[in-house]
Amino acid sequence: MYQYLIRRLLWAGVLFIAVTIVSYIIFFLVPAEPARLIAGPQAPPDQVERVKKQMGLDDPVVVQYGRFLGGMMPVSFDGGPHLKHPSLGRSYATRQPVTDIIKDAAPVTASLVFGGAILWMLIAVPVGILSALRPRSLLDRSAMVFVLIGISAHPVWIGLILIYFVGYKAGLTPLGGYCDMIDPSTDCGGPIDWAHSLILPWITFAILFAALYVRMIRANVLEAMNEDYVRTARAKGAPEWLVMRSHVLRNAMLPVVTMLGMDIGIALGGAVFTETVFGLPGLGKRAIQGLEGYDLPAVMGIVVFATVCIIVFNLFVDLLYAVIDPRIRLS
Amino acid sequence: MALLEVKDLKTHFRTDDGIVKAVEGVSFEVEKGKTLGIVGESGCGKSVTCLTIMGLNNRRNTITSGQALFNGQDLLTMKPSRLRDIRGNDMAMIFQDPMTSLNPVHTIGRQLVEAIQLHRDVTRKQARARALELLKAVGIPRAERRIGDYPHQFSGGMRQRVMIAMALINDPDLLIADEPTTALDVTTQAQILELMNRLQREFGSAIIIITHDLGVVAETADDVVVMYAARIVEKAPVDSLFNRPHMPYTWGLLGSLPRLDADTERLMQIPGQPPSLLNPPRGCRFNPRCPYVMSICREKEPELQPISNDPMHLQACHLDEQTKDREAAKLRAGTMAEAS
Repeated sequence: MYQYLIRRLLWAGVLFIAVTIVSYIIFFLVPAEPARLIAGPQAPPDQVERVKKQMGLDDPVVVQYGRFLGGMMPVSFDGGPHLKHPSLGRSYATRQPVTDIIKDAAPVTASLVFGGAILWMLIAVPVGILSALRPRSLLDRSAMVFVLIGISAHPVWIGLILIYFVGYKAGLTPLGGYCDMIDPSTDCGGPIDWAHSLILPWITFAILFAALYVRMIRANVLEAMNEDYVRTARAKGAPEWLVMRSHVLRNAMLPVVTMLGMDIGIALGGAVFTETVFGLPGLGKRAIQGLEGYDLPAVMGIVVFATVCIIVFNLFVDLLYAVIDPRIRLS
Repeated sequence: MALLEVKDLKTHFRTDDGIVKAVEGVSFEVEKGKTLGIVGESGCGKSVTCLTIMGLNNRRNTITSGQALFNGQDLLTMKPSRLRDIRGNDMAMIFQDPMTSLNPVHTIGRQLVEAIQLHRDVTRKQARARALELLKAVGIPRAERRIGDYPHQFSGGMRQRVMIAMALINDPDLLIADEPTTALDVTTQAQILELMNRLQREFGSAIIIITHDLGVVAETADDVVVMYAARIVEKAPVDSLFNRPHMPYTWGLLGSLPRLDADTERLMQIPGQPPSLLNPPRGCRFNPRCPYVMSICREKEPELQPISNDPMHLQACHLDEQTKDREAAKLRAGTMAEAS
């Protein structure tokens, strides 16, 4: 078990290095001059040069990458080894520490993703199971139409439609923006405003996943219902509800747990479309802003955060799987 | 009164290609404490017959008619809740593939306890004790420790023992075993058959054993039903069937058994494939593959009739008695030439 954990963590480290190196290289391949952006468009060339030197932008990529990695370490060897706060650097654009940017943006994305995940599971689990129980019924066919629409429709389009009809025409929800759940620093805040402002984003974000999960759950349940051990359960004289609960669903939901964990891990890196449509200051939106402004530290910070989320959730899913599937636990 | 009396059982499946007549008018009886063997090739309807009796076919696409009287009650028409009371209690089933017949996410102890508690009002502890008793009875070593194990921690033979324990746990009057040894290797097969014979003596259950292996039938059955293409073609007490087989298809099955006492170069085979049950051949269903085929075989389907001087031995074939006795004698001597 511990050996497995150590191996997984080592792999996570390798993955982390690989992802950040690739991000760095891509950023340096882009023909842009961050120093010019920082100094301002009217700044004379010598001032741009000064900025470049000052920020170490004229160093080779390797050196800059090394500095980036060194910044994240909790120890420093400058003038003797000592502990320090890990840092992701400062934004070129705002001079704000990148960790602060992430601290501000991550709760927004997390609110969107976890709320959305709950919503899509609330839709997908019952609809998927009922479709599987009555294949080719009206419900099943309607569900399949929903799946097709959900997969085909772009979240930006869904978002705009919802904003127009629900937010603008019916006036039921705000048209966009984010309200903090706890701290009413802006003009809105508190759990009720928070949920109110997120209703449409949740729906928009959840539709695609709800569609994918309905299809997956339906297929899994249909498959599990044909398993020999389900027939065995019926042969034992088990009533249908018990067959479903204890034999069909228990097995059909195993892969769903994996998918859910991985999807949440990925989405925490930023639900770009939904955040953009609704003007939510989440990680996806910040990453886009960072890219537009060639703000390498901000982008790298979000990449690092997203990578960590994915790695952590994958690990979590693997460990959870070992708990819920005895075949994995003991082999 | 027989324990189970199946009368003119028909099971048809609606499929996209049409109606598959998987069982076409099958009748047989099983007496208390006796073993009936049902023999035939894959797809001849032997498993479907038993699944129909158990009520385990998919109800959505199945059309069933006839009767299956279990202790005088018709299993085919009774309420599902009543049938559930009987299933796993008075009548239990063992399946072909022990690797997939147990739920992989529950311990075998839990699955056994579930089987008891569905039918008996006992505490968990009592149910567990009974489960342990059965695991010991079917020969699981160190049963106290293994009761908490998951199916994947058992070998195929051990899993089939668990399945047998689960089937017998409520002391059923009738045990249906659908190819219980097919997925197992030969030494394990022998052990499982021996186990079933022993448990039958102890528990006194009647057994229906479905198999394509006449060797299994010879070892276990009192009576044999030979099925071909959804119909019964021969039905007899086991000795009578092996001594005076009366149907060319049965000859084919017997001739394809390897024998140590005869000097045969190669085993006989039945040429061709079993017919499609979507549109079976006219007349005798075996006629396209029968080496003794006559013109009447292509016109008229033979009826199941008793042979002369043995009312217990039924067969469905147009051939005359002399030819049958001659061929049966040849087969017994193991000198029957290759049929084709």
